[in-house]
Amino acid sequence: MTAPLLSAHGITKRFGSRIACRSVSFELWPGEVLGIVGESGSGKTTLLNCLAGRLAPDEGSVTYETVSAGTVDVHRLSEARRRLLTRTEWGFVNQDAREGLRMGVSAGANIGERLMAIGARHYGDIRQSASDWLGRVEIDLDRLDDRPTTYSGGMRQRLQIARNLVSNPRLVFMDEPTGGLDVSVQARLLDLLRGLVDRFHLSAVLVTHDLGVARLLTHRLMVMQGGSVVEDGLTDQVLDDPQHAYTQMLVASILPV
Amino acid sequence: MKIMSPVLRVAGLAKSFFMHAQGGLELSVLRDVELDVAPGECLALVGPSGAGKSTLLRSLYGNYRPQRGSIRVRHGDGDEEKWVELVNAEPRITLDVRRHTMGFVSQFLRVIPRVATVDVVAEPMLRLGASLEEARQRAEFLLSVLGIPERLWSLPPATFSGGEQQRVNIARSLIADYPVLLLDEPTASLDTANRDGVIDLIRERRNAGAAIVGIFHDVAVREALATRLYTVESPGVAA
Repeated sequence: MTAPLLSAHGITKRFGSRIACRSVSFELWPGEVLGIVGESGSGKTTLLNCLAGRLAPDEGSVTYETVSAGTVDVHRLSEARRRLLTRTEWGFVNQDAREGLRMGVSAGANIGERLMAIGARHYGDIRQSASDWLGRVEIDLDRLDDRPTTYSGGMRQRLQIARNLVSNPRLVFMDEPTGGLDVSVQARLLDLLRGLVDRFHLSAVLVTHDLGVARLLTHRLMVMQGGSVVEDGLTDQVLDDPQHAYTQMLVASILPV
Repeated sequence: MKIMSPVLRVAGLAKSFFMHAQGGLELSVLRDVELDVAPGECLALVGPSGAGKSTLLRSLYGNYRPQRGSIRVRHGDGDEEKWVELVNAEPRITLDVRRHTMGFVSQFLRVIPRVATVDVVAEPMLRLGASLEEARQRAEFLLSVLGIPERLWSLPPATFSGGEQQRVNIARSLIADYPVLLLDEPTASLDTANRDGVIDLIRERRNAGAAIVGIFHDVAVREALATRLYTVESPGVAA
């Protein structure tokens, strides 16, 4: 552990005159799961999209330590190289699985497609990997040839995760991965994600408005309000000993069960 | 008896809570805390309810963030061992200390849905690189010593009784043989037989050279484990 995997340097993003995200800087180290929390409109998804190279910041830069090509400036890469990065070393799990999957092809093809994008050609191997990953995300193998349109919301989300992890990424961005799912389905997904992150030593940046999800999945938290990071620290520090008025309000708003 | 040098040193520690919703009320809980703990010692925190014993223990673990002072712990293997400062430490430093050096037994188990009890207990040892088989064996041993019936091992602890969850928590915190152990009422809500099992396990860790800081309201437990007492006084109360 000698260098950060991902570094944000003064990221600012404006939409017209509105500042969605204001001079955010941090370092993500290998094996860390960072949560970005805050209410809707606090700028967390904008920040995530800037980090993942999907949205160009107006100011600041994002650097990433690649496996073989040293440190790269994410927003200065050519479109082709950035696309390669997002297919190989990175994953992106959308809140809405339909945005992260191809709904018109089978589950197996959804997983296999990512492997083919990085050069896998042997049909038998690809199908084997797809089956392995379907098993890991707890989807019955007899659903391999079904399209995700026939899947439930929770299954689609698990399939999206399999599609992202099959290429063995080091860094995964997740935007509200459990949002919009029933509570029992959420618990299963959280547990699955937690196990996969541990087992494959993934680093991750996770956006959520659910502090319970953050508590279970993340090591560190950044709290955003009105586009700025108002507090950060270890997840248990931020939730058990919140310092900023906004964080104290958020923590006090959790309904006891 | 050889006098060991301390592995945990606290100096000038101050912690207050600033509550914005209460019109900016500042509650000063700890001031000028100084203490050293050496291997083989068990320091019992004593003082009236509300004096700040739990706040001190949570600050030592890096869970609460003190405003001033220093908490240093010996951390790292062999030649790499050195003092590490925990006050204002970067998250990854605190996490590394928790993974390798410091264990914390709280009164409450934060349950992970759907994970079997044996795996909840084995997890800290797996993270240190033990094989699954080795970690599960050790977990089963601890669970049996702590009187958790074998038929429960494969179930998630979510539906267990308070006392059972407490013992699962203790097993999880003791599996990794941390050199520094922090205990917050480890025997609360346990019956006598189970309490004695927990005392034996902790005493064994202490005699093997763990440095322990604990809160024990039960006098019998305190007398069985503590080698020294430290009185925590709230600044609000102290003259």
